[in-house]
Amino acid sequence: MFDFSTITTAIDQFLHSVLPSQAALLVECILVALCAVLAYVMLAIVMIFMERKVCAAFQCRLGPMRVGPWGLLQVFADVFKMLIKEIISIKNSDKVLYNLAPYLVVMSSVLTFSCLPFAKGLQVLDFNIGVFFIMAASSFGVLGILLAGWSSNNKYSMIGAVRSGAQMISYELSIGLCILSIVALSGTMQISELVAAQADGWFIFRGHIPAFVAFIIYLIAGNAETNRAPFDLPEAESELTAGFHTEYSGMHFGFFYVAEFMNLFIVAGIASTLFLGGWTPLHISGFDSFNTIMDYIPGVVWFLGKTFFVIWLLMWVRWTFPRLRIDQVVSLEWKYLVPIGLLNLLIMTLCVVMGWTF
Amino acid sequence: MNPEFIDINDFRARMETLRRTGMNFLRDIIGMDWGEEGLGAIYSLENTSTGQVLQTAVRCCDREKPSIPTVCDLWSVAELYEREVYDFFGIHFAGHPDMRRLYLRNDWVGHPLRKDYNEDEAINPIRMENEIPEDVQRPYELAEDAEMEISDKLTNKIHGDQYIINIGPQHPATHGVLRFRLALDGEEIRKIDIHCGYIHRGIEKMSEKMTYPQILALTDRLDYLSAHQNRHALCMCIEKAMGIEITDRTQYIRTIMDELQRIDSHLLFLSCAAMDLGAITTFIYGFRDREKILDIFEEVTGGRLIQNYNTIGGVQYDITPDFAKKVKEFCQYQKGKLQEYNDVFTNNIITRKRMIGVGILSYDDAISYGCTGGTGRASGWACDVRKRHPYALYDKVDFKEIIYKNGDCYDRFLVRLDEIVESIHIIEQLIDNIPEGDYKVKTKPIIRIPEGRYSASVEGSRGEFGVFIESKGDKSPYRIKFRPMGLPLVAAMHKILKGAKIADLIAIGATLDYVIPDIDR
Amino acid sequence: MEMKKPAIKSIPYEEFKDNETLEKLLNELNKERTNVIVGKLDDIINWGRSNSLWSLTFATSCCGIEFMAVGAARYDFARFGFEVTRNSPRQADLIMVAGTITHKMAPVLKRLYDQMAEPKYVVAVGGCAISGGPFKGSYHVLNGVDKILPVDVYIPGCPPRPEAMLYGMMQLQRKVKIENFFGDKNRKHNSNDIPNEPIIVTNVPITPNENSEEQ
Repeated sequence: MFDFSTITTAIDQFLHSVLPSQAALLVECILVALCAVLAYVMLAIVMIFMERKVCAAFQCRLGPMRVGPWGLLQVFADVFKMLIKEIISIKNSDKVLYNLAPYLVVMSSVLTFSCLPFAKGLQVLDFNIGVFFIMAASSFGVLGILLAGWSSNNKYSMIGAVRSGAQMISYELSIGLCILSIVALSGTMQISELVAAQADGWFIFRGHIPAFVAFIIYLIAGNAETNRAPFDLPEAESELTAGFHTEYSGMHFGFFYVAEFMNLFIVAGIASTLFLGGWTPLHISGFDSFNTIMDYIPGVVWFLGKTFFVIWLLMWVRWTFPRLRIDQVVSLEWKYLVPIGLLNLLIMTLCVVMGWTF
Repeated sequence: MNPEFIDINDFRARMETLRRTGMNFLRDIIGMDWGEEGLGAIYSLENTSTGQVLQTAVRCCDREKPSIPTVCDLWSVAELYEREVYDFFGIHFAGHPDMRRLYLRNDWVGHPLRKDYNEDEAINPIRMENEIPEDVQRPYELAEDAEMEISDKLTNKIHGDQYIINIGPQHPATHGVLRFRLALDGEEIRKIDIHCGYIHRGIEKMSEKMTYPQILALTDRLDYLSAHQNRHALCMCIEKAMGIEITDRTQYIRTIMDELQRIDSHLLFLSCAAMDLGAITTFIYGFRDREKILDIFEEVTGGRLIQNYNTIGGVQYDITPDFAKKVKEFCQYQKGKLQEYNDVFTNNIITRKRMIGVGILSYDDAISYGCTGGTGRASGWACDVRKRHPYALYDKVDFKEIIYKNGDCYDRFLVRLDEIVESIHIIEQLIDNIPEGDYKVKTKPIIRIPEGRYSASVEGSRGEFGVFIESKGDKSPYRIKFRPMGLPLVAAMHKILKGAKIADLIAIGATLDYVIPDIDR
Repeated sequence: MEMKKPAIKSIPYEEFKDNETLEKLLNELNKERTNVIVGKLDDIINWGRSNSLWSLTFATSCCGIEFMAVGAARYDFARFGFEVTRNSPRQADLIMVAGTITHKMAPVLKRLYDQMAEPKYVVAVGGCAISGGPFKGSYHVLNGVDKILPVDVYIPGCPPRPEAMLYGMMQLQRKVKIENFFGDKNRKHNSNDIPNEPIIVTNVPITPNENSEEQ
């Protein structure tokens, strides 16, 4: 498998040879940030296009068709429009927080995004408590949403924000438990090592029943984290018009819109990293020729393929299921998912201790 | 039918007696302006166990300060009906707890349905400033140098320190321009205040200046999802009054069209209910299948949504040669699709959790609030006009009245789905037997209804739709009144909403299935 | 002087009705030609704007149901880029006034319009919104929404067919495509100089088969 770290090390050495080390670091930071943001935006555009086409397919429609071939340029048109749309400032709103909120949401998702291992060595942040960092970074997105709701001076936004606070903080717990059970299985918290450990078999196969249960709970909780149906209460269209971002227009709304899609990507990306082997190819022990062929497919393709498969699953759910009520959302988490998650963690630990894993 | 006139002093006692003797369904209160004889109201009552129908009337000679004793403690629905009469005629109902205008703005001058109403634009121009809610005190200034202070002093309708939120008039879940003011405690709804009139077009007043064929055009725009049935009711009423016998062929066509319209409306109900609960795919499925009916409508009548098809003495055009074939194809198609709705939406665990046991309307409340149609039948009340007072061909066809017991959102939803099956069943019995003959009988070029009072009602898509005409023998009616199907449903909202959450309000609103232009007229 | 003509995919320019109004507006906007770079930028912006017209979910009566039908499976306005109907006026680009506007609703509608972010467009759908329609003589009906809002496109009908609505939306796209974002001849900003000429949709031309696309 090709290791991208050879390229990055080469660039690093080149910069250090021509620049003083501080300046080299600065240039590297800027380069990395540029690449990350560019990838972030491109993926967001792909995701939005995919969502439209997938939902159209479920709904016996065609989706965007006229802007570019098969509507491929539709999202670019939307972005152009959004960029030059007026940003309204609201009377009696808390100006600072109101303007800060969308950036907080995007920041949180960019930070989390940079932890995703796209291929071997192709990862911005990788250190020994990477999993822990992902959870920390992703959980401050809720702050942005709460602030957005609070500062807009709008009652719908307020209800949406409070709902989202209750929901996202609750479901953080389930995500934590699921990730913990994988950490128990692998024995590491470093993301690159987590992926490397799955070279011979993905965790969802190696951890069999407890890993599968954790995967399902993770998908449910992850869906709730991203505020998508059936957990889209914070922005419940038919109840709260647009929920916490009711008062946002132009690119500020665009940030929320993009962050929602990218959070979906991140949730799916983490799911594929932790459960489906990240960029490691599918290996079946015993079929050596099959394994060799699989190795020829680059890691990026494996990672994106798995991630988009999970995204597709979540979109399927999103366009099929009705919305839950707030008390049902909370009771689903605290009465079902958390106890099952805890029990599952116990079983996983037992399996690891007794060596009942593959 | 001529109403029993009661002296205003005995009115209250007589109504109490009637209520005790089992007249438990107040169909409608029709405000009247009899000119010199004074203002008054006609009450249309029904005994739901015996089917006995009765109209009473009361008259108040004082035109300056007319007042009639209230009956809203006897029939709950009277609360909104009386507000409507107050709004249009200025009749004050003594003892009514909340005598406010229902449709028009608070600052509206005059009562439009009175015969002496001044329609001058200068008196009631378009007011672009926002309406000040009646329970909030007007802003007042302290002094020249001090800042202006707005006092949010609230009366007892919605209590002071609760979180008050507006749902509507432009809100995706109110199916139009209804407005609720909610007092919230967290997510729970404490009180609800209903504001109608955002699409009040004054159809009844306009009708008093129009000829009967002209009025027909307006009925389609009342409840556009029972356009056909509305028009059927008015045509029936006029035909009854003039003694026109319509042909069998017309009866067949009208009945089939009514049922197609009912399926159309119920499919839209399914779609909108699904969308309100957040299942957007089901919304599109409903619309996809609804288009098939619209195709049939379009081919026969020329209109998709508003068909303008029934006319006095028959229907506008004859059916097309392959009408029967197309309808049968549709029936086959639709039967298969019902299972799809069940798979994707009805049997979904979240749908069931959201609807079962939510928004219960009891049997007694359903009658007291006069909630006819699917809502009443979900509460166990056999209120189908097609069975109670059969018209057209409904006494000749065999169909089942769908009745559920629980009266919750899920039952209200199922009633409509099952009614689609029954409607298909009715259509299938009729479609092969449409007799030959004229589709329209010749009527006089100018239609005058003999002096008197006439009423007719049909089972619209969402309840009993009634027409009342008082004629003085002219080309246009002296007073025409349409019984709205949706107003009783909206009146029952605050009863149903006891202890509900915001999300339940949406589910309840969706399954009650009201159409705002029908409420507001 | 050769003018840029707004192009709509698969319908030739000549087949559109009421090109005169559009050309008049175009002439007024282009009296002083802008330079090449700004013109090109304008083109890109207008391409984005015209292909991404998100409408506000606003419907008062019958036309609203037809508006929903336009969004549903058979007509599917997502094909043209009118994908999302936004429920919040802040995020919408145009308001489809679908249905009768009454005296009580008029201030609410005005407020909704004021709440929308620039650039914003108004489409009057159906007889009621255009002139009061069948309810013209009523004491409580606003006879034409153009009395309170600047209307860009009128779509007559009672209610208009979904095809008519799509056609009206395309006319709006054409109108957006000739706008200037840069320079002082910005239509929306100089509304005093240039009257907001509405386009009236009459006799919907038969469009290529795309309207009957259905799965």
